[in-house]
Amino acid sequence: MPTAASADPLPEPDTRAEAIHVEDLHKSFGSLEVLKGVSLKAKKGDVVAIIGGSGSGKSTMLRCINFLETPSSGRIVIDGEEVKVNADGSPADRRQIERIRTRLAMVFQQFNLWTHRTLLENIIEVPVYVLKVPRAEAIAQAKVLLDRVGLGDKIETFPAFLSGGQQQRGAIARALAVDPNVMLFDEPTSALDPELVGEVLTVIRDLAAEGRTMLLVTHEMKFAREVANHVVYLFEGRIEEQGPPAEVFGNPQSQRLKQFLSSVS
Amino acid sequence: MELILETLGLAESAKLLSLSPPGWGANLLRGLANSLKIASGAFGFGLLIGLFGAYGKLYGGPVLRDLLAIYTTVIRAVPELVLILILYYVGTDLINQASSAMGYGRVEISGIVAGIWVLGIVQGAYSIEVLRGAILAVPPGQIEAARAFGMPPLMTMWRVTIPAMMSFATPGLANLWLIATKDTALLAIVGFSELTLETRQAASSTRAYFTFFLAAGGLYLMVTLCSGAVFGRIEKWARRGQPSLREDRG
Ligand SMILES: Nc1ncnc2c1ncn2[C@@H]1O[C@H](COP(=O)(O)OP(=O)(O)OP(=O)(O)O)[C@@H](O)[C@H]1O
Ligand SMILES: [Mg+2]
Repeated sequence: MPTAASADPLPEPDTRAEAIHVEDLHKSFGSLEVLKGVSLKAKKGDVVAIIGGSGSGKSTMLRCINFLETPSSGRIVIDGEEVKVNADGSPADRRQIERIRTRLAMVFQQFNLWTHRTLLENIIEVPVYVLKVPRAEAIAQAKVLLDRVGLGDKIETFPAFLSGGQQQRGAIARALAVDPNVMLFDEPTSALDPELVGEVLTVIRDLAAEGRTMLLVTHEMKFAREVANHVVYLFEGRIEEQGPPAEVFGNPQSQRLKQFLSSVS
Repeated sequence: MELILETLGLAESAKLLSLSPPGWGANLLRGLANSLKIASGAFGFGLLIGLFGAYGKLYGGPVLRDLLAIYTTVIRAVPELVLILILYYVGTDLINQASSAMGYGRVEISGIVAGIWVLGIVQGAYSIEVLRGAILAVPPGQIEAARAFGMPPLMTMWRVTIPAMMSFATPGLANLWLIATKDTALLAIVGFSELTLETRQAASSTRAYFTFFLAAGGLYLMVTLCSGAVFGRIEKWARRGQPSLREDRG
């Protein structure tokens, strides 16, 4: 049997390794239970879109995966390695979680580029200081990445002097610089002016096409339908419905999803 | 007539302030050097206390936080002159007790070290508050991005939090530095020969009070002006990457 090309939109379930496995994830803030048992699997090369109303727990779920938030309970397995936790759910081994985080690059809604560093310095920061890549090598690689996201002429610019779309493309380059196994996007275009959304989506679309594993929280339904091979609909901390985009968008089963889709389109 | 008087007066002053022995200029400059040594030592010591204290206040356990709150409150409540007397005599006393307990005689404590210790403790209390405010002003997303990319806590502090808070901290720290230079004058009370004490000695030996205190005032002013220039540059550097307000308005 020939091996599947990674651009194939249909997942080849048996040959690809599991990149992310979330099992029965719960998260409460005080008495407010935000995640009520979420399970999710993504294989290498999967693009999973996470949709849902405001406050449904999308960001919280993403942030629990890299332990920016401490899950109340549940298991997180990244590339077959389970995150070790204490009785209270916090990471038991700081070095383990730091190592895992370097493979789970996150792209934030508010970009969060380091404002006191130039674009180039932002890109090489983690490779040089965390991953100990030789500086010259990191710079060479950063320039390639910045060219790729269309910012090759902005390397000495500070983030505050870039447009939102440019900052977000820079943030994507920063994420790519660690050569992550999985990329976590939390509404990467929500803070952007409408005319800047397209340039960022183009970059993400390219990444999907090249077979990057991604978890993508988004309000851009058309885009989710186009790039994702799996769509998860969250409602009040539970997965209400999930499946291939054609099913979830074309033939929604639950009443809530139908309502949600008609409200956003 | 007036002109002659004035030139005479100035000539007299110039002689008094001359650097070579009959004049007292060298003494004043030595005092100034001592003042600056103590001020920079105390400022640095205070910054160190401030950094640890600020992190302790923000992220420490309840006991540490209470202790730090007592420290900052007491130091900022008691007049500096009183504090200097307390810290100086308590400090020297403790050291002497310790040394006699170990079978040594009285130790001579260097004035510079004592001054740095005393003023450093005072400066530390203010530094804690300046730095704590600056750390809180750093947008949380900056630190979160570092965490999300697997940066360890100390590296995050060194590579992200401290550089990002610099622009918020420099105006307050510049004030603290100027206060440090002027607080050195208070050390005259424990007999430390910094600028103010040297000036007083020169003035009372020559009866030329006006000349010498005017000269000392001029020296303090010069320190302030130079410091302003230096901190201006530091602030400009710390604010790199931030669009200036003036440009925004224009
Ligand atoms: N740090 C926190 N402390 C307390 N409550 C929180 C915290 N973070 C999130 N919440 C609450 O958890 C719920 C889910 O928030 P979350 O940010 O995950 O929603 P979301 O699905 O990402 O929404 P949006 O589309 O608006 O970004 C919300 O009710 C929110 O108020
Ligand atoms: Mg969100």
